[in-house]
Amino acid sequence: MGEPAPLVEVRGLAMHFPVFRGVLRRRVGVVRAVDGIDLTIAEGETLGLVGESGCGKSTAGRAILRLCEPTAGSVRLEGTEVTRLAPEPLRRLRPKMQMVFQDPQASLNPRMTVAAIIGEPLVEHTAMTRAERIARVEALMDAVGLNRAFANRYPHEFSGGQRQRIGIARALALNPRFVVCDEPIAALDVSIQAQVVNLLEDLQDRFGLTYLFISHDLSMVRHIATRVAVMYLGRIAELAPRDALYQRPLHPYTQALLSAVPEPDPEIEARRSRIILSGDVPSPARPPPGCRFSSRCPQAMPVCREVDPAFREVERGRFVACHLYPETPTAEPAAARAAPARAGAPSASDAPARSVT
Amino acid sequence: MPDGSVPVLEVEGLTTVFRTRSGAVHAVNDVSFDLRAGELLGVVGESGSGKSVTMMSLLGLLPRPPAEVRGGRVSFEGADLLTLGEERLRSVRGGRIGIVFQDPMTSLNPVFTVGFQIMEPLRRHLGMTGAQARNRAAGLLELVGIPDAARRLADFPHQFSGGQRQRVMIAIALACEPKVLIADEPTTALDVTIQAQILELVRDLRRKLGMAIVWITHDLGVIAGIADRVMVMYGGQVVEQAPVRALFADPRHPYTRALLGTVPQLRGRRAGRLRTIEGQPPILRAPPASCPFAPRCAHVTERCRRENPRRRPVAPGHDVACHWSPPGAGDGDG
Repeated sequence: MGEPAPLVEVRGLAMHFPVFRGVLRRRVGVVRAVDGIDLTIAEGETLGLVGESGCGKSTAGRAILRLCEPTAGSVRLEGTEVTRLAPEPLRRLRPKMQMVFQDPQASLNPRMTVAAIIGEPLVEHTAMTRAERIARVEALMDAVGLNRAFANRYPHEFSGGQRQRIGIARALALNPRFVVCDEPIAALDVSIQAQVVNLLEDLQDRFGLTYLFISHDLSMVRHIATRVAVMYLGRIAELAPRDALYQRPLHPYTQALLSAVPEPDPEIEARRSRIILSGDVPSPARPPPGCRFSSRCPQAMPVCREVDPAFREVERGRFVACHLYPETPTAEPAAARAAPARAGAPSASDAPARSVT
Repeated sequence: MPDGSVPVLEVEGLTTVFRTRSGAVHAVNDVSFDLRAGELLGVVGESGSGKSVTMMSLLGLLPRPPAEVRGGRVSFEGADLLTLGEERLRSVRGGRIGIVFQDPMTSLNPVFTVGFQIMEPLRRHLGMTGAQARNRAAGLLELVGIPDAARRLADFPHQFSGGQRQRVMIAIALACEPKVLIADEPTTALDVTIQAQILELVRDLRRKLGMAIVWITHDLGVIAGIADRVMVMYGGQVVEQAPVRALFADPRHPYTRALLGTVPQLRGRRAGRLRTIEGQPPILRAPPASCPFAPRCAHVTERCRRENPRRRPVAPGHDVACHWSPPGAGDGDG
């Protein structure tokens, strides 16, 4: 292989939750929250994972860190198979992979001081003395822009943005390689979101971090991610380098999703044509047969309702699970032209992108 | 009015204070605006800016105590809503003024059918009989795009999806053909593709029904796509007010300018680094004696800390509460 091995490699990852019903708690079905996803994350990059609520993006993030036990599939971190690791080796691996949670209100213990929260991983995983820990906590507070004079205060004394900084400092305490950021800015006001995103970018540069950035905010993901994966109903519909995805989305779902994002520009808003999807996302307990998106896809063909499309590389670095695109022309460099061969696909994707007459 | 259209709702000097255990919070400070027939007025601001409390105050929906509406006038159909008794106010709410709240999960009653909840205002405000109300309720559900409407009247809220519940809320708000619809973050809890459906529905309903709408949101993208005029709130005050295109093309208040700069774009050049507004929005413990944005403002001067700027016109239909003028801006004020 010409490229270096990825830091994180996910293959066929699935996370199913059983559904029990009745007095006997009989198992009546499963919710396929994550149903076979493949992705790789290169060292130092930010992979954006986007999708609407219930698509499985947060569950995917948790399963990758093994915060829940995946039903199937493999996750490798620097070559180590995470999914089958015994408890003790898993514990020793934990410092390398950390998480920043969505709701800083719910993910910080209200009875612990900021110093205790940020220092807890150090107590668990290192042999630092108390003085060393205090020094490390203060360094971390500096790094995330928290005043170290507030080390002995409690989470409720901080604003939402500052609480998120506490959560980030805790995630960084053990010098992780890989950080899953699960909707880290969703609970924050717009003016505070930019502060936190800039901080995450600074920390990435400074400490060489690799991020999986889970978000429903497509504009913010365009800002922060190097590559983007779009999830729908437990599957990855499309994965591509950022600019390619935003300029020329291939999957009809990505096209609809991008065209639905309102843009802060009245001129664009007045002229753009939208793809309005009908209906709602089906339940992950009863996904439609064939392609998951077929029940709402404006371009669905008969084959889509029968055959589940494979997730495969259709152009170099661009993966899509859709019958509109021909089989793997990866070998051929001219393949860039092959994708928009079908008439419907490119016009739909270009319409929202070309807003001016 | 520059365009000569009549205001249907006029708010003057509205001031609301919350008395809390840790002292008073001055949530709404001398807010004035009007809403003209058929227009959609967008109200933008961050949490705590006073946008929801302003609307709740004028509708008499705040619990008193702790809330206290200290002053102002709200003229609607020849009456001042602030001095109207609770009984008459109740006949205005849900009747001549429809309301849609952010969270359709908590604002529908889970133990009544959706049909019952749509029929309630029809019976109460319009005195319809059961059969009349049922017919009209089915028509309303159809209007907001719920398939198989007549049959679904018998369903309970939990049998509808999030987007459908918000459609039901809109149907209830529209039941009595209100002159004014107040929508408080009606799409914030929804996914983008569902939000796009609801925005499309509202555009369509405006064409059909022509009511005036106040749309509260923190999402500048939604505002850009749906509003005719925009009011920006900060620290319980209106800091800028303008026609939508003017606001985005020529924002005058440093807060509006900063806010527009912090949101990343979906297309065009990617900013290397996002612009930020350092600091936090204020919690006003006293009536503002200085500009509430002064501590975070890039153009702050001594005057801003001494004197809370009054709104002044800068262009037709465009006013701003700020002592500073962007370089090159042709101001109507000396």
